[in-house]
Amino acid sequence: MDITIHASYLPHDDPDAALAFYRDTLGFEVRNDVGYDGMRWLTVGPVGQPGTAIVLHPPAADPGITEEERRTITEMMAKGTYAGINLATSDLDGTFERVQASDAEVVQEPTKQPYGVRDCAFRDPAGNMVRIQELP
Amino acid sequence: MIFSSRRSIRCGTILGVTSRPDAAQRLRDLALLRRVRDRIDREYAQPLDVEALARGVHMSSGHLSREFRVAYGESPYGYLMTRRIERAMALLRRGDQSVTEICFAVGCQSLGTFSTRFTELVGVPPSVYRTQAALATEGMPSCVSKQVTRPIRNREARPSGRG
Repeated sequence: MDITIHASYLPHDDPDAALAFYRDTLGFEVRNDVGYDGMRWLTVGPVGQPGTAIVLHPPAADPGITEEERRTITEMMAKGTYAGINLATSDLDGTFERVQASDAEVVQEPTKQPYGVRDCAFRDPAGNMVRIQELP
Repeated sequence: MIFSSRRSIRCGTILGVTSRPDAAQRLRDLALLRRVRDRIDREYAQPLDVEALARGVHMSSGHLSREFRVAYGESPYGYLMTRRIERAMALLRRGDQSVTEICFAVGCQSLGTFSTRFTELVGVPPSVYRTQAALATEGMPSCVSKQVTRPIRNREARPSGRG
């Protein structure tokens, strides 16, 4: 078995804001930008790591999702309880300074957690929790 | 639910026309509540209170408390104190500071309020918790160490939150 995690999904509510955060602030490259029916799917990933990506997708685009479910999903995104991702870097403090200098919302400054990791946290523009932990 | 008074002003208009702007407003209001909650996570160790949190998003503290509780199942004060006590548990387990020092280190101004709230959430007073945690590291039975390291987070969205 040599399965890798090739792509995972995060919802966005504004493709341009999502690009500003993942491309301009985090420095990810844009690998794909697909538009359909007024919606956009953006595939982004770290430079030099072609084997892993995040697909930023319009929430609740599946036609099988009901209107009520769609409202629940968008409300959970807005209140910050829907989705998130954990990233890692060898330069936590430098990364924190860079992200903080953008207009991203800071949730937690670099902190040593009781369970061992040292990490910080931000919100992406859609309200997803983005935790960044320090590589040993 | 948020700003329901504003919605009631429009109650005579056609539903289909107003539902979209109302939905957009609701999402903006929820995003404000998210910022309040994130600010608690970031600044809980500061002398933060509900009035300051409310000022930060231009709401009255009563309005913020009501809407926060509707959204998260717990008042902003309850969430703030839970956050502080969670941190206090970690510091007490470490065992190198007194209960009083830890009370102030996590942003509480009053030892009495801190102890009461700690006991409510954890089940034992902070001093007892500290002793149990120290004993657990000396090889107490697992039932005790399990109790003293019991996590208290992830209760912020209970249907009937405390507050």
